[in-house]
Amino acid sequence: MQHVISVLVENRPRVLARVASLFARRGYNIESLAVGPTHNPSVSRITLAVRGDEDILEQITKQLYKLIDVIKVGDFTEINFVDRELALIKVSAPAANRSEIIQITEVFRARVVDVGERNLMIEVTGPPAKIDALQQLLKKYGILELTRTGRIALARGAQAL
Amino acid sequence: MKMNGARIMVEMLKREGVKAVFGYPGGTVIDLYDVLLETDDISHTLVRHEQGAAHAADGYARTTGKVGVCIATSGPGATNLVTGLTNAYMDSVPLVAITGQVPTRLIGKDSFQEADTTGITMPITKHNFLVTHVEELTTVVRQAFHIASTGRPGPVLIDLPKDVQGAETEFVYPEKVDIHSYKPTYRGHARQTILAARAIRDAQRPLFYLGGGVISSGATAELFEVAEKCNIPVTYTLMGKGSFPETHPLALGWLGMHGTYSANKAVMECDLLIAVGARFDDRVTGNTATFARKARIIHIDIDPAEIGKNVKADYPIVGDAKKVIHEINKKLEPSKKDEWLATIKKWKNEYSPPRRNGEILLPSRVVEEVYRLTRGKAVVVTDVGQHQMWAAQIYKVDHPRSWASSGGLGTMGYGLPAAVGAQTGNPSSTVVLFSGDGSILMKVQELVTAVNYRLPIKIFVLNNCYLGMVRQWQECFYDGRYSCTHLENPDLAGVARAFGAEALTVEKAEELEGAVKKAMSVKDRPTLVDCRVASDENVLPFVPPGKSLDEMILG
Repeated sequence: MQHVISVLVENRPRVLARVASLFARRGYNIESLAVGPTHNPSVSRITLAVRGDEDILEQITKQLYKLIDVIKVGDFTEINFVDRELALIKVSAPAANRSEIIQITEVFRARVVDVGERNLMIEVTGPPAKIDALQQLLKKYGILELTRTGRIALARGAQAL
Repeated sequence: MKMNGARIMVEMLKREGVKAVFGYPGGTVIDLYDVLLETDDISHTLVRHEQGAAHAADGYARTTGKVGVCIATSGPGATNLVTGLTNAYMDSVPLVAITGQVPTRLIGKDSFQEADTTGITMPITKHNFLVTHVEELTTVVRQAFHIASTGRPGPVLIDLPKDVQGAETEFVYPEKVDIHSYKPTYRGHARQTILAARAIRDAQRPLFYLGGGVISSGATAELFEVAEKCNIPVTYTLMGKGSFPETHPLALGWLGMHGTYSANKAVMECDLLIAVGARFDDRVTGNTATFARKARIIHIDIDPAEIGKNVKADYPIVGDAKKVIHEINKKLEPSKKDEWLATIKKWKNEYSPPRRNGEILLPSRVVEEVYRLTRGKAVVVTDVGQHQMWAAQIYKVDHPRSWASSGGLGTMGYGLPAAVGAQTGNPSSTVVLFSGDGSILMKVQELVTAVNYRLPIKIFVLNNCYLGMVRQWQECFYDGRYSCTHLENPDLAGVARAFGAEALTVEKAEELEGAVKKAMSVKDRPTLVDCRVASDENVLPFVPPGKSLDEMILG
């Protein structure tokens, strides 16, 4: 199954390379990756989506902890969490289709962030499944360009990872 | 007091208690070498290839228990360290490698002798640092030694650009070293310790399986006490040789692919396997599905990632072997295991590797003679291959840190530079190197290092004109198709003499005693004894790769 794991790391040069290189050499596959600072400027959070059974996840966690710059590793899958991804989708939108596309956008609570003569750019956030669904619906109008950020997540309630 | 980076580095080495470093100069470490020139309390050994510096530091570390230090220049100097660092990483040897780097303003510009040293060494070091500001240097060095020598030891690399070596700052020694994301667990979990002690008490057929971690932890005395008190037989890995006296009746010899018959039998029949500082390597376990299949497993290791990695443990304990065994010992009463020990004794007498008669010089005979004439008291270093297996099987080591062999990486060429390190760290000990005709030529240039520093290393080359271990596999698994394993060698004694070493050639068994005695009598330079041994001898027993330990080929 897919696990979303959070890796708190020292905000230092090469730390992402250390984490990525660990995954590469131990043969673990990263399905999604997002990195950014936390409220503490000396700490960054790397959020990874990885696939594997319990044993693989345990090894991944332990191997990550062996990296000197890794402070804390947590698996969201075991707890209640909120996860989000952001996508920007540029879709072909001649006048004939435009209102239909805008309607779909509204149903998804996505936003039109740029309007061109023949295209629209849509911004959508949500769990990856929602973004997949919107992407699927917009396909028939012709997606010109698309970019996704990778998943980020936080535990619900007072719990912290 | 203001100092430049090079001087700070040397001052920090002194404060870390470093007495010996191994290295090779180059453009980006000239500043560092300039300071070393006037430093009396640190001896520098000039090797002839940077890989030799890493292996020498490794041999020094394994046989002294101190952190080994090596120095190389940027680019090719640093890349030449790679094999040595990987070797140390695989065997958890504490090293600090210092590499020069091009000036910070030239980094990333494909400058002359630039290589991405920290990038290249990321997966083969416990940690590495690129120092871009001289103000960070004292903290980096302090942390590097701390990381290398604590927890599960390993190599740490410091990449030091030339301009940082030249830049000046106020020298302030960091009294404390605190890395908040690095806190190894030393004390075992109390409840697990109780459960493990109970399992040991209840076991009918317990067996210790000791690895290199026992030696790094300094846990040999604690283990000896438990083994004797509870009459628990002991087997060990190639890395664990010396963790328990091999001449002791409870010692079974080592286990695994070329382990002893009795040790492998005991693993398959024991009802409790107590693994301490060992990592269930594939060369040890054979088929993991059948390994110790009748046993519950206690696994004690300081590295949590080792637990459950290859084999599931029933009683996992993360902690320092010395502390954990001490705790377990407190909960144990003396006990007898007469029936189990009788079975083991039977296995010990049941089998010994077959032995040919006749004129021909057998490789095992060389090791036996060296063992006899050094009375088992030498510091033994090996290269990699058949000779390594024979040395491990025959030369019984009774004390920790008197055995240095490349285990995890299996690095041919490790032996000679490691022996240079071992002799440097143990000037009054007899240092013996067992090598092969393949291995010795991989790093033969370090003979001149041994000559230059008057290191009286005794080198015994078990010369069978083959890459023997590969030849053995070709014989057993490839229908005897000996592709590229026959070696046309130079006269090794002549090579050694050209380097300034003493040299002898032995072709018959009756010449052995005299040759070994002669080698022992040379005190001011290395001696190479080229032993022309039988070329078709196989290492036995032999568990074919992936097979179960009870599927040993016995002869």
